[in-house]
Amino acid sequence: MLYNEPSPLETRVLTRRFGLPNSASIETYLADDGYQAFLKASKMTPEQIIEEVKISNLRGRGGAGFPTGMKWSFVPRNSPKPKYIVVNGDESEPGTCKDRVLIENDPHQLIEGVLIAGLAVDAHVGYIYIRGEYRYLIEITEKAIAEAYARGWLGKNIQGTGFDFELYAHTGAGAYECGEESALLESLEGKRGIPRIRPPFPAVSGAFQSPTVLNNVETFCAVPPIIRDGGAAFAALGVPKAGGTKLTCLTGHVNKPGVYELKLGFPVKQMIDEVGGGIRMGRKLKAFIPGGSSCPVLTAAELEGATMDYDSMSQRKTMLGSGGVIIMDEETCMVKAALRIMRFYAHESCGWCIPCREGTTWLRKILVRFHEGGGTKSDINLIGDLAKNMLGRTFCPLGDAAAMPTISIVEKFRHEFEDHLNGKPCPYEHASDLVTA
Amino acid sequence: MTFSPQLEARFEKLLKSYPPGRQRSAMIPMLLYAQDEVGSVTDDLIDEVASRVGVTALQVNEVLTYYSMLHRKPLGKYHVQICTNISCQLMDGDKLWEHACKKLGIGHKQATEDGQISLEEVECMGACSWAPAIQVNYDFHHFVTPEKLDQLLDSLRKKQ
Repeated sequence: MLYNEPSPLETRVLTRRFGLPNSASIETYLADDGYQAFLKASKMTPEQIIEEVKISNLRGRGGAGFPTGMKWSFVPRNSPKPKYIVVNGDESEPGTCKDRVLIENDPHQLIEGVLIAGLAVDAHVGYIYIRGEYRYLIEITEKAIAEAYARGWLGKNIQGTGFDFELYAHTGAGAYECGEESALLESLEGKRGIPRIRPPFPAVSGAFQSPTVLNNVETFCAVPPIIRDGGAAFAALGVPKAGGTKLTCLTGHVNKPGVYELKLGFPVKQMIDEVGGGIRMGRKLKAFIPGGSSCPVLTAAELEGATMDYDSMSQRKTMLGSGGVIIMDEETCMVKAALRIMRFYAHESCGWCIPCREGTTWLRKILVRFHEGGGTKSDINLIGDLAKNMLGRTFCPLGDAAAMPTISIVEKFRHEFEDHLNGKPCPYEHASDLVTA
Repeated sequence: MTFSPQLEARFEKLLKSYPPGRQRSAMIPMLLYAQDEVGSVTDDLIDEVASRVGVTALQVNEVLTYYSMLHRKPLGKYHVQICTNISCQLMDGDKLWEHACKKLGIGHKQATEDGQISLEEVECMGACSWAPAIQVNYDFHHFVTPEKLDQLLDSLRKKQ
């Protein structure tokens, strides 16, 4: 089901079946071109499939934005080992809830994307890793997989193409870190989700030490439309170096929060004002996070002329990330926001790397003290320095993810930290707008 | 240990889902599904899962302590998980959490005396655009207000 009204400003490619009766069923999928892209791909060579994905300018939708076609091309052709396709459905970057609607409303699109990836790299087994909290999505995925087997779209000699593919749903059990690809693979193997040292990358040695294509749910869901309509058509929807659409989760202080499919390059101002219906209660925007809580924060002034794509965001020294847009109005306390973000990373640090384990915990403690009015002027620089000392010094991006928003909040909202120096609890803490208790 | 036929069927399917010699992969899903039936990850359950996937109890212990959804102690029959992460906090999820604690007189990972309801302050659960959000066991509730939470908690108190 849909939890928010669609917007007329959306470009519905991956979400085009959303809202159809029984949109998750194989009948609905087959009646709307379902699995035709797989049949088309089965008549192409692996090189042609990968080339089409390269032409589409599809970039990984989980956050890193790595070109998908290139990632697939790294899988060695003549490996004697079996190859695997792994779907990252561990969606847990704060602000992000898009993979959830993709699986809930159209699981067969995901399955078809996985099958096409299997054709492209000669893999015959796949796993859809879904975070444990999404139990109902595991049930939806298992039902869709069973339907696909029953109708001959999974299993041996699929639709007479000679291609075999076995697909399984796999549940996580609560760990943000397992969204990181190598930690996810450890988890899939029944271990603690501690990241692996890379190289080798998963394309060479991934699941079960075998070559593996590992992509986000949304990335796989983009593949059937790319093969069906051609890579060039998908590329044309976006901007020169990034094709297609992006599912964007508007969260926080907008009037119409929701998940919306927007063309890459969509103007940020229009997204907030028209898609999101503007800032609630007619207030002004204070801060903007483009793609999940690990991205550096932008101020309203920095959003002048900004568009929702990789380059526009990297020019502003932040990231498009996962599409989890977090919007904060002028009443928001940025120290409290920084504290909440740090509490999360301190909770989720796996403890493997000392700068991350100790850094997030120290920072959380200092920020708690600061927000309660016990901070000193030197703490402000200490917060920035501690965060900078984590950057680039950990095996996986969790340390950076904790450091980047913190550094940006201290630099851009230093005055709010100074306002907390009067020895009293937070001066920005207003009476609640929504909660009376 | 004996489990329901449904859970046994799931175990059987899980053990066939991974490449030969890789049955350890089934461990985490087995622990989570079994926890749903047993109520918590007991010592017996650890031994049982260890023997079924072919590892030691110590290896199961090492893994389960990493995952936030696996717990050694039983929680309430209805486990109410309130998200206070950034997108929910902006929509007063933190105040919702305080409200629930006050109303039930319990705190983080505690259960009411009758074992009916437990509370947990959780990290992002993937409902950010429909905040503030909570989960009761595996069911999502979106756009939760204190009034809606009160009604929900009252109904859970009486629910079988």
